[in-house]
Amino acid sequence: MTTTHHHAHHFASANDEFEAAKQGMWVFLVTEVLMFGGLFVAYGIFRGLYPDMFHEAHKFLAVNMGATNTLVLILSSITMVLAVTATQRGRRDRAVLFLVLTFLLAGCFLVVKYFEYAHKFHEGLLPGGYFVNQELKDPKAPLFFSLYFVMTGLHMVHVLVGMGLIAWLFRRTARGEFGPQYYTPVELVGFYWHFVDLVWIYLFPLLYLVG
Amino acid sequence: MHDYLTHTRGLRSWLTTLDHKRIGLMYLFTVLAFFLLGGVFALLIRLELFGPGRTIMDAATYNKIFTYHGAIMVFMVIIPAIPAAIGNFILPMMLGAKDVAFPRLNLASYYIFIAGALVASSALFLRGADTGWTFYTPYSIRTNTTATLVLAGAFIMGFSSILTGLNFIISIHKLRAPGLSWSRLPLFLWALYATSIIQVLATPVLAITLLLLVFERLFRIGIFDPAIGGDPVLFQHFFWFYSHPAVYIMILPAMGVISEVIPVFSRKPIFGYKAIAYSSFGIALVAFIVWGHHMFVSGQSELANFVFSLLTMFVAVPTGVKVFSWVATMYRGRIRFNAPMLYAFGFLQLFTIGGLTGVFLATLAINVHVTDTYFVVAHFHYVMVGGAIMALMAGLHYWFPKFWGRMYPEGPARVSFALLLAGFNLTFFPQFILGSQGMPRRYWDYLPEYTMLNRVSTAGSWFLAAGFVYAAVYLWRAMRAGEPAPANPWEANTLEWQTASPPPHDNFATAPVVTDWPYEYRDPLVPASASRSLP
Amino acid sequence: MFEKIFNGDLPLKGTQVAGSWDSLYNFLVWLSVFFFLLVVGGMVIFAMKYRADRQGAKAKYITGSHLLEAVWIAVPTVLLLIIFAWGYNVYRTMTHAPADAYEVRVIGKQWLWTFLYENGRTTVNDLYVPMNRPVKLIMTSEDVLHSFFVPNFRVKQDVVPGMYTSVWFEPTMPGKHRIFCAEYCGTSHSGMIGQVIALEAAQWKAWSAGKEIGPVPQAGLELTAAEKAHSGAAGAVLTLAERGAKVFAAKGCAACHSIDGSARPGPTLKGVFGHEVEFGDGGRALVDENYLRESIERPQARVVKGFQPIMPTFQGLVSETELSALLAYIKSLK
Repeated sequence: MTTTHHHAHHFASANDEFEAAKQGMWVFLVTEVLMFGGLFVAYGIFRGLYPDMFHEAHKFLAVNMGATNTLVLILSSITMVLAVTATQRGRRDRAVLFLVLTFLLAGCFLVVKYFEYAHKFHEGLLPGGYFVNQELKDPKAPLFFSLYFVMTGLHMVHVLVGMGLIAWLFRRTARGEFGPQYYTPVELVGFYWHFVDLVWIYLFPLLYLVG
Repeated sequence: MHDYLTHTRGLRSWLTTLDHKRIGLMYLFTVLAFFLLGGVFALLIRLELFGPGRTIMDAATYNKIFTYHGAIMVFMVIIPAIPAAIGNFILPMMLGAKDVAFPRLNLASYYIFIAGALVASSALFLRGADTGWTFYTPYSIRTNTTATLVLAGAFIMGFSSILTGLNFIISIHKLRAPGLSWSRLPLFLWALYATSIIQVLATPVLAITLLLLVFERLFRIGIFDPAIGGDPVLFQHFFWFYSHPAVYIMILPAMGVISEVIPVFSRKPIFGYKAIAYSSFGIALVAFIVWGHHMFVSGQSELANFVFSLLTMFVAVPTGVKVFSWVATMYRGRIRFNAPMLYAFGFLQLFTIGGLTGVFLATLAINVHVTDTYFVVAHFHYVMVGGAIMALMAGLHYWFPKFWGRMYPEGPARVSFALLLAGFNLTFFPQFILGSQGMPRRYWDYLPEYTMLNRVSTAGSWFLAAGFVYAAVYLWRAMRAGEPAPANPWEANTLEWQTASPPPHDNFATAPVVTDWPYEYRDPLVPASASRSLP
Repeated sequence: MFEKIFNGDLPLKGTQVAGSWDSLYNFLVWLSVFFFLLVVGGMVIFAMKYRADRQGAKAKYITGSHLLEAVWIAVPTVLLLIIFAWGYNVYRTMTHAPADAYEVRVIGKQWLWTFLYENGRTTVNDLYVPMNRPVKLIMTSEDVLHSFFVPNFRVKQDVVPGMYTSVWFEPTMPGKHRIFCAEYCGTSHSGMIGQVIALEAAQWKAWSAGKEIGPVPQAGLELTAAEKAHSGAAGAVLTLAERGAKVFAAKGCAACHSIDGSARPGPTLKGVFGHEVEFGDGGRALVDENYLRESIERPQARVVKGFQPIMPTFQGLVSETELSALLAYIKSLK
């Protein structure tokens, strides 16, 4: 059962509508880049000011966990691509399977993140004024953890939003609302999800692998 | 035959509408309600400054009042006024489209705006906010007022602005009527396009900045707090990276309105169409690389000051191109003195002063003395009120027949225009002098030698208030019971006039086709339908 | 006439730089008048001449002129570059202090200025400097942003916590020049007013040596009768309360406390001595010497009901002698 999608009355054709939605998503991602861009600039400035502190502080992050998460997200990007292709080819079962896999990988990312955060909290490696760790002596070190939490936190919010969107896609795919004729939401959420992964691919070396 | 106003009825049909025209009007009334509120705060500020020392309120209250005035006028009035209110109504019609590209997103951005406005306004009922609309750190971190709510509100409203900009960009790309090539695009749309690009590129940076400041207050993250090694001047860089382009979010659409009004009421093609269109982009581009001119005395390096001052000078070039072109458009025209044109005259007078004093401020040495004084206050009011609000008034009168299918009365419109122009100059011109004499801004109390000019300014504010109240009264009456308006009362060529007033729900009975540029005004009049292939 | 309206009342020229500044400013004013007349004059003339109700009104079809456009791009560009260069030139003079400048350290805090001199003297709100000698201020803030602004010298510089900024000037006019805080800094921002006191050589020598100097007039003015009388001319002995009044003024107390019962951010001091006050936490106390001393040295300890705990500590900023004088003064405010 495939329901046919009717394009909105103010577009000349379904293809126009698809193109408009795609352009809109690209513009939206540009705004996302600029939003994270602000944080990257702040990171760059403070790293330029206090390079030694950054080097010292990064040792307190769990590289293995960060690396695991990088791998998890890259895998989830691949499953997302497979879900989009499956939808385009009208293979609903495969599409559902890959959406579920993507969702589970995102969940896996969050579980790892939870353990990381819990450990930081336990060690008192907290942002700014709440920093109480005794081992890390550099007086500016709280700044590193402010940046760490804000950057990874904002990224995590994006992961959560992505999971919500994937769940929504799953529901609509299961109902048979997408197919070779209409798959705009699947493709656009795919864009979004790759963007979320891409941000992490920058965050990981910047925070965990300070040279 | 139903028009968009009678298409469906009831409050619910408005609150859940996807019709860009209704959403535009909902923005308009929301913006005007906040304009009233911000205006009351402005009157209170002027009243307090009627004399030195305490006049009607203490210093702490005064600091909150000017914060409310600034935040409301910037975030809830001027930024959404022309793009979100008038733009929403007019943009799809000028394109010859049935709606914006994403109607549901459009309604969502209205409600996001409302949500943000409510969050910000809730501070009024708690401990208020006294940071100034600029939220400079570290004061904004330390103040024990409820500044967090205002920050959160501005953060939320930012998304509304981003989504509106996104919607407009895609609409202009994808929904132009057949034959409406880029080189035939009305200048109001060029201006909205440039504005949308700024909204989309600059607002996310403000969003992250405000978010960091909220975290600063809630979790003491220290990025902007020198007590933890942070940098308070970094906040200013982030803030102005958005807020300087935001100034052009306020003025570019205003320039777009003026570019439509002047040719229509001069019965002549716009002078230098391409130059005006490109200059909007020139301004939008330069907007992103001049933010540092707000910070000449902030402690940034001399090199930065050198570069920012030099770049800022180049804002004046495209701005000048527009101003000269508008005046040249009037040359050998057949000029009608309807209210939109009067407001365009008012715009030109006030904006010229605003622009010229901008050159004073861009000049490094001059800036050092007059920055953070009443000179700056006067300058940005000349640009933002004299420019943006005068153009808003021009636009409200120009498109009034299209909004309501009724005409506004010309006589009262002239009276209110005279009151506004006189009141404006009386209020703000003395502030240039106060500033050059050294009276700093955001002063609750001042030295006795500044009394005279402050009194003149306060008296001016009453004329200004009277002008706005009077305009509200006759416009409200005309909306309910004005003369019925024809489809195209001004004999204008842009597409929104080639359909009924008020327009039907789907804007056009038959999809329009464009065969010429919009400024083909020949005299004696060639009927619009002759130069356009319309049924 | 226009010039008179616009800048007939520019502040006094307290330095050489102020003169260069004024020339540039006047140039810009006249240039602006020219362009204003060009644009608005053109607009008015066209509006009158080509109005629709004139005889045989008919618009001419013109779409533009590349020549005109080239002119109004090129001419402003050249003018703007000249203005930029001129502005930068004056700015350099304003910001590059000579190497031999006399240095004073400045600390801004809500809502007063503290000045620390080479010879170890400290003053609040009154900055004593020699005339005709470059003075360089090295400034920082203890709390939030402030901005050091002397209109008579045409200089302004933000004062930023966590870093040093500097400003310099060479006073050429004796007397008191007003210092404003130009960066919004909270409740009493507009009360954060000090003065640069530019002294002639002899007076400066005396002041540097720690001696009392006579009254100094406002810049550009003669001493008023009141100032002469108030200072106890010819070395007349001041009462303790009169000395307290001077301390009160010099320490910037008036930014927050009135002496006539009017409302300011802090409680008025009129008639406060000997009366009972209620605190924010509900406690009460009689205002006596010890409570006042505590309020000056540890202001947050017991805050009067209805007021915010915003006063900074003055511990170490007032000597015992000054404190005694101050208390005598407050006691005298009936």
